[in-house]
Amino acid sequence: MFRNQYDTDVTTWSPAGRLFQVEYAMEAVKQGSAAIGLRSKTHIVLGCVNKANSELSSHQKKIFKVDDHIGVAIAGLTADGRVLSRYMRNECINYSFTYESPLPVGRLVVQLADKAQVCTQRSWKRPYGVGLLVAGLDESGAHLYYNCPSGNYFEYQAFAIGSRSQAAKTYLERRFENFADSSWDDLVKDALMAIRETLQGETLKSSICTVAVVGVGEPFHILDQETVQQMIDAFEVVGEQEGSAAEPDAAAGQEAAAEQGAAAADQGGSTDECVAPMDI
Amino acid sequence: MQFMASKQPENSLLGPESDSQRTLYPYVTGTSVVALKYKDGILMAADMGGSYGSTLRYKSVERMKPIGKHSLLGASGEISDFQEILHYLDELILYDNMWDDGNSLGPKEVHNYLTRVMYNRRNKFNPLWNSLVLGGVKNGQKYLGTVSMIGVNFEDNHVATGFGNHLARPILRQEWHENLSFEDGVRLLEKCMRVLLYRDRSAINKLQIAKITEEGSTISQPYSLKTYWEFSAFANPAQGAVGS
Repeated sequence: MFRNQYDTDVTTWSPAGRLFQVEYAMEAVKQGSAAIGLRSKTHIVLGCVNKANSELSSHQKKIFKVDDHIGVAIAGLTADGRVLSRYMRNECINYSFTYESPLPVGRLVVQLADKAQVCTQRSWKRPYGVGLLVAGLDESGAHLYYNCPSGNYFEYQAFAIGSRSQAAKTYLERRFENFADSSWDDLVKDALMAIRETLQGETLKSSICTVAVVGVGEPFHILDQETVQQMIDAFEVVGEQEGSAAEPDAAAGQEAAAEQGAAAADQGGSTDECVAPMDI
Repeated sequence: MQFMASKQPENSLLGPESDSQRTLYPYVTGTSVVALKYKDGILMAADMGGSYGSTLRYKSVERMKPIGKHSLLGASGEISDFQEILHYLDELILYDNMWDDGNSLGPKEVHNYLTRVMYNRRNKFNPLWNSLVLGGVKNGQKYLGTVSMIGVNFEDNHVATGFGNHLARPILRQEWHENLSFEDGVRLLEKCMRVLLYRDRSAINKLQIAKITEEGSTISQPYSLKTYWEFSAFANPAQGAVGS
């Protein structure tokens, strides 16, 4: 995208019918570190890569609990993301207070999208520079939405946003048809593997990623580092063994059942996908 | 709101009543509403009287109305305030339907919304002078609750407003049980309404019974209860009275 004479104002159309400022805002999302989301019929998992600026600093919080039944992962300008999370929390709590019932995620997402749209049609505002993956439950089950700075929103079975998200998207595209009936463990595992895809060869450790889950009967919560590390260890072991043998052994004791679950979901032929392509 | 519509001169002797922008007393009122949970849903009964003080002035007032797909609202107290509430709920249900997204407000949500409205009005010293009964079924769950004009709200297996609390609830406490059949439920409600007819002077003998189940709601046509006056005490009521 190059500079042109129609990109100064969000309220200026280009002759081709584009609003460049809005498109530039969407570029900001692509610069942020990756966030992914995937869902089954009853659960949604959100994951993100946490890159700290230096070893001395802490990493930015990119996953926020909005209510017991809704959570959000952001990519882009984290400050804008925090402000929108606060708005979402406010809407949820007001609805809960008035109706003693959780706000359906589909309605929250529309309200959020309408809020973003306002910023694309006022000369004294700028679009929010953040993309949000909203995971939540309502009467019709588990949902995952992506809200973009343009004010559009889409529902997804699985999605990834931020830098190097294309690798994660490719991984998810291959597997998404199986997600609807996935178990909790498989869903989290797939999330971690999708995160790994965005790391381009760097080792996946629980210290550089965050995973959160929400589901039917399970309020939104961020998984603690130990649990995440255990799950990583489980499939890394499986990955190494599959490099040499046709079938995985139930090696790491505690995660044995989960591994076999992962193997079954892999359906035999695709086992080499557990090994990151660049490792071969 | 700043513009004073009062026609009273400033030095009126009426005192605070001349600032009549707020509800001070009810004018046309409905009496008790009684409701109970039964096997398939909720049954609710109310007579069709609208009293103007001690005059039984209006005799075809429908005090129970369906709300959306899942709820039924019955009201006692000021009829005009009930109509106002129906207007608010109409708008609420309209906006809910306009989302067109597979989610809908159930009886619990409507009850809580009404509680908020009633309590907020009470805090402004401008109450909606009603006692409301909200019943409904959604996704197999039966719900029956009540809200008063001061915002007191609760749920129970059987509720009543006004005189119904004193005359009908004791009967219900004795005779209500889980999984009443429709016939038994109606019989029980009629028993309560009959006592109210005998003993509440603002009750009239023209009532409706409403039912709500998962499938939807129906409100019966108005009908009358049979009353029994052949008690021996009525045969010679002055027997034993001093000086007769």
